Amino acid sequence: MVYDVTIDGKNYRLDLNRVEGRWSCRLDGRDVEVDAVLARPDVLSLRIGNMAYEVKSERVANDLHLWVGSRRFAVEVRDPRSLRGRVRAGDEHGPKKIVAPMPGKVVRLLVREGAEVEPGAGVAVVEAMKMQNEIKSPKKGTIQKILVSEGAAVNAGDVLAIVE
Amino acid sequence: MFKKILIANRGEIAVRVLRACHEMGIAAVVVYSDVDRAALHVRKADEAYPIGAAAAAESYLNIGKILDVAARSGADAIHPGYGFLSENAKFAQACDDAGVKFIGPTAAAMDAMGSKTRARQAMEKAGVPFVRGTSRGVESFAEAEQVAARIGYPVMLKAAAGGGGKGMRLVHAPEELKSALEAARSEAERSFGDSEVYIEKAIVNPRHIEMQVLADEHGNTVYLGERECSLQRRHQKVLEEAPSPIVDADMRSRMGEVAVRVGQAAAYSNAGTVEFLVDQQKNFYFLEMNTRLQVEHPVTELITGLDLVHLQIRIAAGEKLPFRQEDVCIRGHAIECRIYAEDPDNNYFPSPGKITLLLAPSGPGIRRDSGMYEGWNVPIDYDPLLAKLIGYGTDREQAIARLTRALSEYFVGGIKTNISLFRRILRDADFRAAKLDTGFLDRMLKRAEDQPSDSRAADVAAIAAGMFAALGSTAAAAGEGAIGGSSQVTAASESNWKNASRREALR
Repeated sequence: MVYDVTIDGKNYRLDLNRVEGRWSCRLDGRDVEVDAVLARPDVLSLRIGNMAYEVKSERVANDLHLWVGSRRFAVEVRDPRSLRGRVRAGDEHGPKKIVAPMPGKVVRLLVREGAEVEPGAGVAVVEAMKMQNEIKSPKKGTIQKILVSEGAAVNAGDVLAIVE
Repeated sequence: MFKKILIANRGEIAVRVLRACHEMGIAAVVVYSDVDRAALHVRKADEAYPIGAAAAAESYLNIGKILDVAARSGADAIHPGYGFLSENAKFAQACDDAGVKFIGPTAAAMDAMGSKTRARQAMEKAGVPFVRGTSRGVESFAEAEQVAARIGYPVMLKAAAGGGGKGMRLVHAPEELKSALEAARSEAERSFGDSEVYIEKAIVNPRHIEMQVLADEHGNTVYLGERECSLQRRHQKVLEEAPSPIVDADMRSRMGEVAVRVGQAAAYSNAGTVEFLVDQQKNFYFLEMNTRLQVEHPVTELITGLDLVHLQIRIAAGEKLPFRQEDVCIRGHAIECRIYAEDPDNNYFPSPGKITLLLAPSGPGIRRDSGMYEGWNVPIDYDPLLAKLIGYGTDREQAIARLTRALSEYFVGGIKTNISLFRRILRDADFRAAKLDTGFLDRMLKRAEDQPSDSRAADVAAIAAGMFAALGSTAAAAGEGAIGGSSQVTAASESNWKNASRREALR
């Protein structure tokens, strides 16, 4: 099995095969001696050579995170043979979605459609867990569209507004 | 002794009190709102009663509904925990009227302490040291100007009914006073329904140190040592420790005696906490008294060997304090981390949601008071405190070492928590040197974090990513970012299964 793995913007080509219960592993063309036990779902005990690691896996909103010790890595895994692999647009130009970072209630909208905003300008106030949080514009531009109304309940990742 | 106690709270403190009830052979009745049916305190209870909608006013703050449950369940006492109704004198009075014992001070003692200005007037009579300022709210801007000029800038404006930093403003110079006063007043009105604001001399970079007191209903009051609570963010405590690194035996007994005087002046009974501000010359000034069990009570329990909830219950049942002041001794050092559901990478926004993976630390010197479990959905409706992790050691250094080790074992997946913040605090040189004040955290967070890049860990993550995909682990397989045909996954897990059974057979 071949995987293309992207970690914090860096790409790795990983070739994993299992023969007679032993893993063979090539990372970017290097042979690596690996032994893995899935201790429980989302917890992998990994031996690389004789070094031991516990790696934890979690999905927050749409991001896959792997934790090696106390370090977190944002990870994307693609099967190069599959068409389901996706490329994330890290494009700073063009319209940008302003999303709710957590579930909550929109208590106030701070701008109207068509408003000019600076980066960091407050767009909406979302309340969750008794805290009011100002959601800010990620860039300078015009508020093209507002997709929520005051009082609306939102989930993490819901688009509040679009700034162009 | 009580036969049945109703716990009018939720989260980790409800579980904490429930455990004490069970340890004492007392049945525990809990209440829960619509979003808390699956909460841990309901799972562990002997009886559980729904009390309405998620909004606290409809449930955990609803005196009528809670007293109704007390009557229906036949509970003979109510423990309010902290927050919610714990410092509500009307509730304490209503319990009394309904013939059910409120585990805490009397309504009259709470009333005396509930307003900061009234508490101040009572305490000044008892000879308690105060920061210079007014003991009554200021009537007008002109009066505020006059007072500020008399005590000297910088001054602090505070809401009389306040707490948690609401209605508080630091004023450096006369020209800032007018707008600060207006802002503090309107915030106080909005937050507490009371716009009374008073003025104090501002102490620059103070420490926040509090003294635990315990009083029975027979006139005996003792102090159980101090807690250092200087590590705060937005005026909310984040990490507490006991004893305070700057308090020696002499200062402890002076502070303790003042705290006892404060309690006695208010005819206080049960557990309470007297908060002090401490300036750089170690002068201490009365701040306020909290008329409840504190979130951070475990650090005191660890260094005194006492169980404060057991004692609260015994005191409420009419027992005398089972020890005297001279029997209280302090041993070792304890530090508590408040684990919140919030995102350190996103300005500490709350982060409710489903806990997909929970790995909890244990081992020597570690105590964990938790209200969460794996698979539980953290609701958006309440305070984001999930759990408290407390480290205990022979001395401060060992407590830090054990806590650091335990934090490295602690993992909460699926939601964001502030666990990483504590790793950072515990390795900070100033923290290790105990150079603490209430501005410490804001200063630390302004500095960029030095994260050494570690290419080996990234390689490990890359290999693990492929392994998770190949082994079909849940988080890695869910969502569009993951891959792996189902046939491959099945084959891999099957051979994994065979491997495991082969290994088992070899044992």
